[in-house]
Amino acid sequence: MHPAPSIIVFTTLSGLGFGLMAFLGLGLPGSTGWVALAFYVIAYALACGGLVASAFHLGHPERALRAFSQWRSSWLSREAWLAVLTLLVVGIFAAGRVFWGQLWQPLGWLGAALALATVYSTSMIYASLAAIPRWHGPLTPLHFLSLSLAGGALLAGQVGAALPLLALAAGVQLVVWMQGDGALARSGTTMASATGLQGGAVRAFEPPHTGTNYLLREMVHIVGRKHAARLRVLTLILGFGLPMVLLVLPFNHWLGLLAVLTHVLGIFASRWLFFAQAEHVVGLYYGKR
Amino acid sequence: MTQLPTTTTRKLGLVIDLDTCVGCHACVISCKGWNTENYGAPLADEDAYGANPVGSFLNRVHSFEVTPADDAPPSLVHFPKSCLHCDNAPCVTVCPTGASYKRVEDGIVLVNESACIGCGLCAWACPYGARELDPREKVMKKCTLCVDRIYNENLPEEDRVPACVRTCPAGARHFGDLGDSESAVSQLVAQRGGFDLMPEMGTQPVNKYLPPRPKDQLQETDILAPFLAPVTDTSQGFLGWLDRALSALPGAKE
Amino acid sequence: MNQPKIDTSPKVSDEVRKTTCYMCACRCGINVHMKAGKIAYIEGNRDHPVNKGVLCAKGSAGIMQVNAPSRLRAPLKRVGPRGAGQFEEISWDEALQIATSWLAPLRETAPEKLAFFTGRDQSQSFTGWWAQQFGTPNFAAHGGFCSVNMAAAGIYTMGGAFWEFGQPDWDHSKLFVIFGVAEDHDSNPIKMGIGKLKARGARVVGVNPIRTGYNAVADDWYGITPGTDGLLILSLVHLLLKAGRVDLDYLARWTNAPVLVNCTAGHADYGMLLRDSEGREMVIDRTTGQPAPFTQKGLRPDLAASHQQDGITYRPVFHLMAERYLDDSYAPEAVAEKTGISASRIRALAAEIARVAFDEAITLDQPWTDFRGETHAKMVGRPVSFHAMRGISAHSNGFQTARALHMLQILLGTVETPGGFRFKPPYPKPATAHPKPHCGVTPGAPLDGPHLGYVQGPEDLCLRPDGSPARIDKAYTWENPMSAHGLMHMVISNAHAGDPYKIDTLFMYMANMSWNSSMNSGGVMQMLTDTDENGDYVIPRIIYSDAYSSEMVAYADLILPDTTYLERHDCISLLDRPICEADAAADAIRWPVVTPDRDVRGFQSVLLDLGHRLGLPGMVAPDGSPAYRDYADYIVNHQRKPGIGPLAGWRTGGDGRGAPNPDQLQNYIDNGGFWLAHVPAEASYFKPWNADYQNWAVGMGFYDSPQPYLFQLYVEPLRKFQRAAEGHGPHQPPDHLRQRIAETLDPLPIWYPPFSDAQVDTDAFPIHALTQRPMAMYHSWGSQNAWLRQIHGMNPLYLPTNLWQSHGFGAGDWARVTSPHGEITVPVAHMGALNPNTIWTWNAIGKRRGAWALDEKAPEATQGFLLNHLIHELLPPKGDGLRWANSDPVTGQAAWFDLRVQIEKTTPPAHSLPAHPTQGAPVPQGPRDVAWKVGQ
Ligand SMILES: Nc1nc2c(c(=O)[nH]1)N[C@H]1C(S)=C(S)[C@@H](COP(=O)(O)OP(=O)(O)OC[C@H]3O[C@@H](n4cnc5c(=O)[nH]c(N)nc54)[C@H](O)[C@@H]3O)O[C@H]1N2
Ligand SMILES: Nc1nc2c(c(=O)[nH]1)N[C@H]1C(S)=C(S)[C@@H](COP(=O)(O)OP(=O)(O)OC[C@H]3O[C@@H](n4cnc5c(=O)[nH]c(N)nc54)[C@H](O)[C@@H]3O)O[C@H]1N2
Ligand code: SF4
Ligand code: SF4
Ligand code: SF4
Ligand code: SF4
Ligand code: SF4
Ligand SMILES: [Mo]
Repeated sequence: MHPAPSIIVFTTLSGLGFGLMAFLGLGLPGSTGWVALAFYVIAYALACGGLVASAFHLGHPERALRAFSQWRSSWLSREAWLAVLTLLVVGIFAAGRVFWGQLWQPLGWLGAALALATVYSTSMIYASLAAIPRWHGPLTPLHFLSLSLAGGALLAGQVGAALPLLALAAGVQLVVWMQGDGALARSGTTMASATGLQGGAVRAFEPPHTGTNYLLREMVHIVGRKHAARLRVLTLILGFGLPMVLLVLPFNHWLGLLAVLTHVLGIFASRWLFFAQAEHVVGLYYGKR
Repeated sequence: MTQLPTTTTRKLGLVIDLDTCVGCHACVISCKGWNTENYGAPLADEDAYGANPVGSFLNRVHSFEVTPADDAPPSLVHFPKSCLHCDNAPCVTVCPTGASYKRVEDGIVLVNESACIGCGLCAWACPYGARELDPREKVMKKCTLCVDRIYNENLPEEDRVPACVRTCPAGARHFGDLGDSESAVSQLVAQRGGFDLMPEMGTQPVNKYLPPRPKDQLQETDILAPFLAPVTDTSQGFLGWLDRALSALPGAKE
Repeated sequence: MNQPKIDTSPKVSDEVRKTTCYMCACRCGINVHMKAGKIAYIEGNRDHPVNKGVLCAKGSAGIMQVNAPSRLRAPLKRVGPRGAGQFEEISWDEALQIATSWLAPLRETAPEKLAFFTGRDQSQSFTGWWAQQFGTPNFAAHGGFCSVNMAAAGIYTMGGAFWEFGQPDWDHSKLFVIFGVAEDHDSNPIKMGIGKLKARGARVVGVNPIRTGYNAVADDWYGITPGTDGLLILSLVHLLLKAGRVDLDYLARWTNAPVLVNCTAGHADYGMLLRDSEGREMVIDRTTGQPAPFTQKGLRPDLAASHQQDGITYRPVFHLMAERYLDDSYAPEAVAEKTGISASRIRALAAEIARVAFDEAITLDQPWTDFRGETHAKMVGRPVSFHAMRGISAHSNGFQTARALHMLQILLGTVETPGGFRFKPPYPKPATAHPKPHCGVTPGAPLDGPHLGYVQGPEDLCLRPDGSPARIDKAYTWENPMSAHGLMHMVISNAHAGDPYKIDTLFMYMANMSWNSSMNSGGVMQMLTDTDENGDYVIPRIIYSDAYSSEMVAYADLILPDTTYLERHDCISLLDRPICEADAAADAIRWPVVTPDRDVRGFQSVLLDLGHRLGLPGMVAPDGSPAYRDYADYIVNHQRKPGIGPLAGWRTGGDGRGAPNPDQLQNYIDNGGFWLAHVPAEASYFKPWNADYQNWAVGMGFYDSPQPYLFQLYVEPLRKFQRAAEGHGPHQPPDHLRQRIAETLDPLPIWYPPFSDAQVDTDAFPIHALTQRPMAMYHSWGSQNAWLRQIHGMNPLYLPTNLWQSHGFGAGDWARVTSPHGEITVPVAHMGALNPNTIWTWNAIGKRRGAWALDEKAPEATQGFLLNHLIHELLPPKGDGLRWANSDPVTGQAAWFDLRVQIEKTTPPAHSLPAHPTQGAPVPQGPRDVAWKVGQ
């Protein structure tokens, strides 16, 4: 799939933002006042920034409100609702923390649950697509949630939680790649099933058009995949390895910030790979993956 | 509406004969022409005379080569592809706005362009590449099954078929109700072993494809050998045979 | 669920205007839907005899052609150097004055100094008439480089060939064998026909090195080695004869198989046919054992009997055929290696042909009467049909190969019988019923007759008294005596060389001669711009009519911009290249469904205007005013013979023959743009011999009297040229051509290797290189079409698996391809379903930078390419001091497909090579985006 910057930014940032909200909702850290405000501003900036970025992906952002209408079947609709609900609930909770020093914990728990549900529904947008075998399955929500939680813990300064969550996310990431690399092959969808042609090996001969088209631009992204191996290493080092090393070093705010930054960079790389490496089965019709 | 109807009254769709399609792209262009002038926004072409032209099309003709395992020659199959109007259409259920829907009366999957936000999710969900975002209007485009032709009272009755079907010079495209087992298209599917594309996707396409007939079967010289039994081996060779044969012709008087 | 309400009955258009498509020479009927006075949508006309409602991609994309940004806008005068594409827009008056000032002196002094050649236009009977009135012998259309082999072989053999001459009996055929066709002119009818066969489950066999399109849907594919079809066909003939699987009754009655041939070697008429005093061919009547003219009532022609007369031995043609083709050199085993088809597959095909022809014969309950007066209760058919085109004809052995195929059909008795091949009126028409070529020039007066025709012997050649060619293209000379369509591909090089003489003005219409239409395109560009020692252009003046900014425009001094096909009157005439069906005579018109928004004029109207200014007979009324207001006026009022005009329908007094009818065009428009007259049922088959057909044809004005004739398995005119080459007769060929004429102008079909194979080192150049027509593109015009160019925006060179692997090619690689003449560097792609010695690409996708209102970086220019740079109109020198033409020795047909190359992998250049510099153009580049809905 085409690794559109808007979507990479959206999934990365909103994942972090909602992850952070989840921790904040759990009362971790238990800050109030200005400190709490700083945390919530960061969380909202990330979550909303991500959502705004995603609007750039739309052909008609002015009609974006329509996207709330199909919550019965569409994960994108559900995500929209959940995101708004999360922002509202966490907002009230945050107001308590920041302005009145109150801890309305049940509301916090609800907010945390909603934040994770948002991340889950984001992931389900992708996981529900059978046409993209690499995404299709329970690993995708696990992947999104584990990244969101690890990032959230990191941002929330929860070193104790962040270390195991980062390790877990790294592990999930590895499994995602390993599974993903064989997903198209395992899906049972082949050029033969795509065309129904029998009696021999099927090969794409001439494409329907000599130039490109929307499908090829959007779903078949061969160029980027060349750098996949290097980006995977980069993801592991920046996204998980370095932050973990930095966390086990004696605590220092600058190191913490550095850990967050490298993590975010790593997750950008991970997301880029998430899209660039995902093969849409339509590529089979073009003899491309 | 993004929920799919549990059943549709009819299942209108296309049956495409891969044994007959010569790959002429006539259906592609008549579709482009009709749908530019009719349903929804015109199908645009970006960089139309430039280095990288990209237009939206609702129907495209691929071609594939099939190489048998034995040393029979490879064959080539021209392969038109447009929306299959799936019964279990994932493009519909993913749509967040309800712009994509499947019609209850005939099963046609359509995009309501004025509700479409151009998120592209439906195109991602379609395994067949049947949807293309228009490069200028930024709304999702797909085969409408010529919904504005097939019921159009401004057209003569015989023209109330999709533009691509009407134009196909080889007669490789058939249109009808695949929900009615008595219909001509259903009969054709039954006779010729029509099949679904990517059945494993569970999309339950309405459109069916007829397989190419087996190729290069004209090898059985032993069966055909009697048709070439030489006459020249008989007495006086060819001319002797000729004389006898001429005498045997009706009307020949000796 | 609440679905949106949609309008399922929108208004389709304000009005439908029915006219004729022009995107190719198939000439389908179209319904042009108009909205707000503009063209909104084009679909096929269901009532039209050619396409019956269907339409191909090009036809449907016509709207983008009419709106193409490359359309020329006004007459142009060259201001920069030739080839630079710098022009000044001028008025029509000025343009016509310039043309008149150039041409009038030529007509008065040396009319041959005007060479007027037209491309694939559809008004040859008109342009030819104009050229005849001007008085130049130098006129032809593009047929000489296109498929004259097919046409001439068909006319000489059976009075018509495939395509516009006839068609398979799609409704009855059970086995269809198609040789060397990618698309053909009969684009839609062939597809419709194949569709019909497929729907019935009839077998289709494709003989073609490449398995795409028709060959892809063929049930059986014979991936033949290029240039060897003649061998395959003669091997089929061998097997069928050997098995006695030929239609003796048919051969005896309707062909010259029983006609007696002088077989006494050394006699002056050795090899000539025995004729009576009236010139009728003689056969032995099996009833009497005596010779009799073939027309005799109650005749039983004998295929077996020999005859002695005046000490001369006469044997029937059929003897000679048996003698030749029963020879083991035509056995499948003997031809398998050369053709690349195994002996067993050749046998299988022959056996299947025999089975279907004779065991599945069909009978129609339709009585008919033959020209000898005999009545037949039924029509018996052999349901095997054939079709062939340039894959056979664009080789230097193409004439004889096409002859061989016609002989095969005739042996089977499948021509003009149910299930076989059927002529379309006004065919059949034997070679003898066509005019002969004329080249008699008188300054200030018309030519002595029509330019093109069918020679009957050396006496009919177009030679000047000193024996030199009378025509600039050297048509009808000993080099290519039967060049029935002229040799357009030789005009520029001959004019440049001043051989046989220099010309002054080259006037071309609708032919992209500086690019895809020429062999050796780079060389042609050079010839067009070359100057002499005084700095003058070697070809002094070039006038060109095009509708678009093509590559050729840049090379003209004066441009007469044409309208597009929906903006003008045209007529598709029975006098020309008609659109008839086997069951009906038909003709059609085009009419302006929109008016041009530019200062352009229909070329035919411009020619009439020019003709008037030049004072050409027939174009000036007695009072000195123009005889015809415009082409529309000509179409209605011109008469070739009394009662016969360009259009046959709605003449005053009836169809076919009759006085001009002032309402004729409106009658056509009211009828959907065409006219149709059905062939009576009793006349529908056996047309050359069917008395009812012959009478009907006379009534329609096709001939003035019934013209029954025999199919010419043995073509006597060929023998006459052979005799001359052997030293007989007053007309003698130059010595260097004797051997070739004797060998190749054989009166019975033969096969010989394509000339290039003999003159090229086939070890160094082992690979055959071909082009194919893409179904969705028409030569160079398609690239200016925003829709079509997305389908074919570039053209890879397709390589078979063995070459792909042995050279280590992979996706995205490029190759350098070299021929004895040139070199190109191009992108490659892999194809398995391909003859292992063949590579190919789509024709005419490659464009020169700057042309067609395309971006300089258009893929057509950066990745597209032409094979033409590798092909030369002359063969490589073979050391005899002569340069032999890369053409068929009988007809002069350009041997495009004889090309031999070698290939090597190379690093991809930035641009396909050769990369000619960007050309200037009289139109700006097209708009960036296109999206419109008419009426909104
Ligand atoms: N390598 C290779 N080369 C080939 C062939 C091949 O098989 N292989 N085939 C050969 C054959 S058979 C042919 S027929 C030629 C065809 O070659 P051309 O006859 O040159 O065909 P086009 O490129 O279409 O060029 C015709 C010209 O007509 C112009 N035109 C189009 N419409 C109109 C109109 O309405 N009025 C006027 N006045 N002009 C118009 C176009 O703009 C174009 O410049 O190519 C030959 N060249
Ligand atoms: N869409 C479209 N239609 C057209 C045209 C166009 O440009 N586009 N051009 C028109 C014109 S001007 C013409 S002349 C006709 C030509 O129509 P076609 O005769 O179909 O011409 P080509 O496309 O040149 O195809 C020649 C075919 O012969 C095959 N071939 C080559 N050599 C051999 C051989 O030795 N033996 C055999 N058996 N096959 C061989 C090639 O593989 C190819 O399939 O098409 C007309 N129709
Ligand atoms: S129009 Fe018919 S034959 Fe041509 S590509 Fe389409 S389906 Fe195939
Ligand atoms: S083919 Fe694709 S777009 Fe059409 S209904 Fe099926 S899934 Fe949807
Ligand atoms: S692009 Fe339009 S139709 Fe497709 S899912 Fe998005 S809103 Fe629905
Ligand atoms: S049914 Fe209509 S919209 Fe669909 S592919 Fe055919 S022409 Fe296009
Ligand atoms: S075959 Fe196509 S381009 Fe040619 S006349 Fe017919 S519709 Fe037009
Ligand atoms: Mo041609």
